[in-house]
Amino acid sequence: MATDLATPPTAAPKAKKPKRADKVPLGTAVLRYRWLYLMLLPGLAYFVIFKYLPMYGVTIAFQDYLPFLGYSGSPWVGFKHFEQLFSGPDFTRLLANTLILAALHILFVFTAPVIVALMLNELRVNILKRSIQSLIYIPHFLSWTIVAALTYVLFAADFGVIAAWMRDLLGDTTKIDYMAQEQWFREIVIMQQLWKMTGWGTIIYLAALAGVDPNLYEAARMDGASRFRQLWHVTLPAIRPTVVVMAILASGNLLDSGFEQIWLMTTSLNREVAEVFDTYVYYAGVQNGNFSYSTAVGLFKGVAGVILIFGSNWLAKRMGQRGLF
Amino acid sequence: MTTMTETKPKKLAVNNNSSVGSRIFDTLNVVALVGLALITVLPLIYVLAASFATEPEIAARPFFLWPHKIVTEAYEYIFATPTFIRSLLTTVVVTAVGMVVQVMLTFTMAYPLAKRYLPGRALVLNLVIFTMVFTGGMIPTYLVVRDLGLLDSYWALILPLAINPFYLIIVKSFFQELPQALEEAARIDGCNEMGVFFKIVLPLSKPIIATFSLFYAVAIWNDYMSPLLYISDPDKWTLQILVRQLVATDPAAALAQMDRTWVPPEQGVKFAIIVIATLPILFFYPFLQKHFAKGVLIGGVKE
Repeated sequence: MATDLATPPTAAPKAKKPKRADKVPLGTAVLRYRWLYLMLLPGLAYFVIFKYLPMYGVTIAFQDYLPFLGYSGSPWVGFKHFEQLFSGPDFTRLLANTLILAALHILFVFTAPVIVALMLNELRVNILKRSIQSLIYIPHFLSWTIVAALTYVLFAADFGVIAAWMRDLLGDTTKIDYMAQEQWFREIVIMQQLWKMTGWGTIIYLAALAGVDPNLYEAARMDGASRFRQLWHVTLPAIRPTVVVMAILASGNLLDSGFEQIWLMTTSLNREVAEVFDTYVYYAGVQNGNFSYSTAVGLFKGVAGVILIFGSNWLAKRMGQRGLF
Repeated sequence: MTTMTETKPKKLAVNNNSSVGSRIFDTLNVVALVGLALITVLPLIYVLAASFATEPEIAARPFFLWPHKIVTEAYEYIFATPTFIRSLLTTVVVTAVGMVVQVMLTFTMAYPLAKRYLPGRALVLNLVIFTMVFTGGMIPTYLVVRDLGLLDSYWALILPLAINPFYLIIVKSFFQELPQALEEAARIDGCNEMGVFFKIVLPLSKPIIATFSLFYAVAIWNDYMSPLLYISDPDKWTLQILVRQLVATDPAAALAQMDRTWVPPEQGVKFAIIVIATLPILFFYPFLQKHFAKGVLIGGVKE
């Protein structure tokens, strides 16, 4: 009967592991689990169409892709576009802009949640702790458009609050348009990231801290450990694995500057320092129609990201940490 | 959040806190954290206050949390313009439809992936995880969307983001944790897997469905990249694009396009549109907050 066939082997005695013991021919499996496969199908179709077709689509990085010739008809040109990228005038600027932002990100935005989580962990008043948490998580849910808009109205040269404060602070009467200034671009971008990401970033560390056995603190106190010593010997080792995992993940995103944020903050006046690989791909591809060249730029970024994430995972394991995979 | 924060502070309460250094540290810690919370919310309160203020007040007062005189001219202007109404409706409909599509696709795919005995499961799971490490990138995805004829279609704002692989794996882990006895009973009663899923599993998953509905809805509501990439027709602008146009790109031109017959309160409109685009998120925030820590945690722990 159909129902018998649909019954999964877990219904059988649990003596042996059903996973391996149950090697059946493909046809039988498809028939027996047809409903499960049917449920898998729409999702699988999504991944094939919107994730794996584009992966096949990167082949145009090695072609001179012309829309009317398609993927198969466009002429192959080997590494032409990569050579053009690496020898072109934009590459060093893009790499520098991207890496400077990434370095600032790691220095400030990556570390801030660790510090704030440790600070929250030391708070004694629970209600205060929870209220502060509720407030600092909010910006995570606001769009980059909103963050950029907030920045515009706060920094606007004619009526912006922060622009006015800066004038008082510096004793300067000229109205500086911060959005149009190259030298303020990175500061503003990092400030935005701190505002939007710090609170939310603490969650994962607070979770790790919540898992610490209170007896460890008890024992440390018995041995006369001060609060600082407790922090050093109990709390920090407890979050170290989480920090390592987050660092590995972050390293894979080193060349990801965050398209929306950077694009929203780019103006014609700060482009020199603002343009990064992400926005350059959009600019060259969608706006200028150089599909093959911009795909090559994106592919370079993607491959570098994979190398970085595996490399840092290897490094973490070499250093005796658990790593990500 | 509540359960995990409760264990630690107790040990601090019995802590020997007679040390002066310890007290100074605690005070500074509280001051710093309250400061952080203020930096987070004060800009939002200022924007709300300024959206109800007169144009001269916005220009004259550097910072305020309550306007001298409350006016609603900015909101009146915005709600009287067809461009805004159209983009608001567009965004609401796309968010609602997208949320349903995304949740359905995610949950139906997660269920078979939770069945350890299913042949081929590991392969599919690896295919999914690989997309978290490497993607074709912006341009190849754009070309796929274009070849599907989805440019300038609202589906382009939904389908390319239909399943978030992180959410999929969290939901899969959740399904694995569900007690199997109920599912077994239903199977013995003659239910096929589809029936088990709809009659037994989904009703047990209501809280997690609510959580991910909200997460997906927030993601679509906030999305700026998809409409930027795939929508060029100004009649199909979403709210985020409108915010961008009104606040930064070219306010004068955007306003002119909105309504030529009425002189708008130029600065007030900027503040008001920020408030309007933010308000739904803040409204749902308490519901989001109730669940998100749990969701993030499961995801962080498993696989």
